Amino acid sequence: MTTVPLSGLTAGELAGMLARGETTAVEVTEHAIARIRATDDLLHAFLTVTDEQALADAGAVDEARAAGEPLGPLAGMPLALKDVLVTKGLRTTAGSRILEEFRPPYDATVVARLRRAGVVVLGKTNMDEFAMGSSTENSGFGPTRNPWDPTRVPGGSSGGSAAAVAAGQAVLGIGTDTGGSIRQPASLCGIVGVKPTYGLVSRYGLIAFASSLDQVGPFARDVRGAATLLEAVAGHDPLDSTSIPDAPTDVTSGLERGVEGMRIGRVAELFPSEGTEPGVLARVNEGVDRLERLGARVEECSLPSFEYALSAYYLIAPAEASSNLARYDGVRWGLRAKDATDVVDMMQRTRETGFGAEVKRRIMLGTYALSAGYYDAYYGQAQKVRTLVLRDLERAFERFDLLVGPTTPTVAFPLGARVDDPLAMYLSDVFTVPVNLAGNAAVSVPAGLAEGLPVGLQLIAPALGEATMLRAAWAFEQDLGFDERPREIIVDDRARIAPNGDSPDAVREVRP
Amino acid sequence: MTSPVTEGTATRHYETVIGIETHCELATATKMFCACPATFGAGPNTQVCPVCLGEPGSLPVVNGRAIEFATRIGLALSCRIAERSQFHRKNYFYPDMPKNYQISQYDEPLCVGGHLDVEVDGELRRIGITRVHLEEDTGKSLHVGATGRIHGADYSLVDYNRAGIPLVEIVSEPDLRSAEEARAYAEELRAVLLALGVSDAKLEEGSMRFDVNISLRPVGHAELGTKVELKNLNSLRSLYRAVGFEAERQRRVLADGGHLVQETRHWDEGHGRTEPMRSKEFATDYRYFPEPDLVPVEATADWVDGIRVTLPELPAERRRRLAETTGLGPKEVAWLVRDPEVLAYFEQVATGRDPKVVATWVMGELQRNLREFERAMADNPVGPERLGELLDLVAAGKVSATAAKDVLAEMFTSEAGPATIVERKGLAQISDTGALEAAVAAVVAANPDLAEKYRGGKQGVLGALVGQVMRETRGRANPQLVSELLRRAVGGPGGPS
Amino acid sequence: MPISRADVQHVARLARLALTDEELDRFQSQLSVILDEAEKVKRLPTEGVPPTSHPLPRVNVWRDDTVGECLSLEEALSTAPEVEQDRFMVPRIIEEGP
Repeated sequence: MTTVPLSGLTAGELAGMLARGETTAVEVTEHAIARIRATDDLLHAFLTVTDEQALADAGAVDEARAAGEPLGPLAGMPLALKDVLVTKGLRTTAGSRILEEFRPPYDATVVARLRRAGVVVLGKTNMDEFAMGSSTENSGFGPTRNPWDPTRVPGGSSGGSAAAVAAGQAVLGIGTDTGGSIRQPASLCGIVGVKPTYGLVSRYGLIAFASSLDQVGPFARDVRGAATLLEAVAGHDPLDSTSIPDAPTDVTSGLERGVEGMRIGRVAELFPSEGTEPGVLARVNEGVDRLERLGARVEECSLPSFEYALSAYYLIAPAEASSNLARYDGVRWGLRAKDATDVVDMMQRTRETGFGAEVKRRIMLGTYALSAGYYDAYYGQAQKVRTLVLRDLERAFERFDLLVGPTTPTVAFPLGARVDDPLAMYLSDVFTVPVNLAGNAAVSVPAGLAEGLPVGLQLIAPALGEATMLRAAWAFEQDLGFDERPREIIVDDRARIAPNGDSPDAVREVRP
Repeated sequence: MTSPVTEGTATRHYETVIGIETHCELATATKMFCACPATFGAGPNTQVCPVCLGEPGSLPVVNGRAIEFATRIGLALSCRIAERSQFHRKNYFYPDMPKNYQISQYDEPLCVGGHLDVEVDGELRRIGITRVHLEEDTGKSLHVGATGRIHGADYSLVDYNRAGIPLVEIVSEPDLRSAEEARAYAEELRAVLLALGVSDAKLEEGSMRFDVNISLRPVGHAELGTKVELKNLNSLRSLYRAVGFEAERQRRVLADGGHLVQETRHWDEGHGRTEPMRSKEFATDYRYFPEPDLVPVEATADWVDGIRVTLPELPAERRRRLAETTGLGPKEVAWLVRDPEVLAYFEQVATGRDPKVVATWVMGELQRNLREFERAMADNPVGPERLGELLDLVAAGKVSATAAKDVLAEMFTSEAGPATIVERKGLAQISDTGALEAAVAAVVAANPDLAEKYRGGKQGVLGALVGQVMRETRGRANPQLVSELLRRAVGGPGGPS
Repeated sequence: MPISRADVQHVARLARLALTDEELDRFQSQLSVILDEAEKVKRLPTEGVPPTSHPLPRVNVWRDDTVGECLSLEEALSTAPEVEQDRFMVPRIIEEGP
């Protein structure tokens, strides 16, 4: 097989090649691993690479194919798995030093489903610690770099998976989205990322950040790839009480139906007068126009509660997180502080050492928001705002099939630019969090470049409206076309770039 | 029960105000939120899974049977079953808590506002039940060090087998007024739980435990006084003693002009006193919020009715019915009704027989033998049929009551029927007049003074003579017949000399 | 509304975080800023609006009372930092549980 540049292939194209015998799963996996080896010193998308197991799994797929067994569309696909899903016997860190050597005794349901689909997991990817962050700079193991510009962040918290797919290390990725952690990195890395309806994908085995907001979702180069991956992992799980029974999981059948006649709402609150970069605004507005050209009817609408969504999110998510992270105390797993005088001392010092600053900040914030005397004003009030967001969306979906806006206000920002300003960092999520509060589905689809960096368009669907939103995303993507330029070149041209991401001019020279 | 406390020159009457929180492990097959077995006594950490260990990524799923059991308890206690209830997280750090929060219920519990009628000294008292809710139990710690208790331990070892076992918390209103009432309430509650079949309520195994709140207040005052909490009392005896001691301790403090501190105290069974516990360094703010991993419970009227019709006869009903059908007194009835196994046994034996006789044997000789052979009712080797046969033999005069005691003891170690044992041991009652006359004559001859006394009017001495004949015949003589024969032999006043 | 240093210390204790003085100072100012933002929620009129704890309207998700598979003792203890007598070993516990 000649070298197949994975960054240039969609999952569907790869599946076709495998089916036609033009390549084998082992060859593809070898290529992916070689790619990781060549590029990950710079990108740091992966925390753990499981090359041996991946090759074994790929071999099993090839054998099954040779034996004439029926294989699904994902068989042999190399995939990057966010290190927030537990994998039995394989180190799972959630991006945290407190779990640096944690080997879970069980598999997440999503992981089991991926294996059943014949997916080849290449390894566990980097992330903001416990999924708290929008840049992957909060990882306990160093940041991941954006393949489009290694001096910039890939977004977060699923930055590792997004970078891996964007850089062609993997063809598919799995991330999680609590306030935008799939969509925002997808936007910043120029790929497709889906946050499914809350309850569509099992959370059993997902190391929890905010239980009522977390969802597992797919990354892919293209909409069909993301949709196919979503189908493979979606569906009821009896081990997750919040998982939807009898949910429709077919999101690929009607993908090519187009947007003729679709009513799309342009949400005023997602186009505030300030805060969004002009380049982003331009690409998104062009994107909205494109949807109209394709046959959709676009109208303005207002969802006033969206103004308060970020504030509500930054009370609810940390509150739930402060409780979910209480179990990391050095007693049963993970890091344990030495020479403790007593168990409280041990717990306190373990958590002090094991958690990073952002995690500690959010635990404090969450604990405060729940504490006696403050519950009603903070957490209680935020839950009411949540109801208002839900109602606004319900109302909007009486008039519209989908809503549209930017995924995030900016393109990828430079590493280090926001680490000392938590509020500035939180603003990355301003357009994505309302969807998590309500539990709806949303997708970020590439909408072009602004000053050479990717911009994402966000489509928001009603609960269980994935099929509609992916249909629109597919039509949009097919019309816009794919931008393949910088990824391969930047990432392959390591000689031109110093590991700390210097010489951006050298990068620009290389672009056609 | 009130008592005077003299403070300075004023004497006020104080009443003791007691509320009891009962935690009870449910007899489900599996734990509250996972499918691990909920049985007692397995090797440490062999009945755990990612969920009850609180492993990262794990999620709880409610055991439907626990909801059903808790509803049954609520209905039996005349509570209202909430149309909508919710699980909450109770957040605190402790090594026996795998998640460092306990999934419990807070302001939306499953059952509210009921009562339990308790008989104390012949009087019926209605004790309010504030609420009944569900939660999960914690793991168990072994403290390694000098005393085996927390204080002075060098380190601790945690076993999570118990973590996640379904617990029901039953909170009473502060309606109890004495140690007697407290114990009576606890006993009745236990009887109810056993009758419902929702728990084995074994205090000694820890499947039922009591926390008590005690305070004193001047009679006539509505406001509650400073309350003291006593935790984890695990027997009726310690409940009774602890409440009694603490009430008295508080009375003395007030009498000495002192002030009571709101605190938690520990009952020291060995020394028979309550002691202050180490004050908490960190305030306990549980930061309750609705459990996001579990959806609410909606109990429709139909569903609740469906459970209501399956409720068994409750102890109060049972006692009434038993008293009516058997004519037994309240003490016997209360005793028999306490344990459903004992009651079932009794009822089987009593079918077609004199309940008073059966009660005497079940409560007396049978219990004595069970204790001696260290058996519980559950593994009583003398089944109701065999005991019944033995009582039939006694009633038919085939064996004397005295001899029957020996037969019963033998039945504990032998599977043979009572008739066989009687024959084997030669205990058949001698009811043949002819066979007894010789023994009677011998005893009369040997006791001229007693015979004289009897003739002189002292009827009581006949018993002594009967006893001697019984000894002569190795307990086999029919005592009624012996009495009759003796009377004839000795003669009445003015009889043969 | 700024959060006081005493509040920060109290919250750190509740959350079992042994913060350094430097962290206490830094978090105090950062949390104050964040809380100021978050306080926006107080401005929305929410009279008669019920809170949402679960985004999707499900109720009564129960499972059968049937025994399933447990972890083996080995698996259960495999992650433990310290083990003795088949149990998780922890340094001395000073406080009684609540």
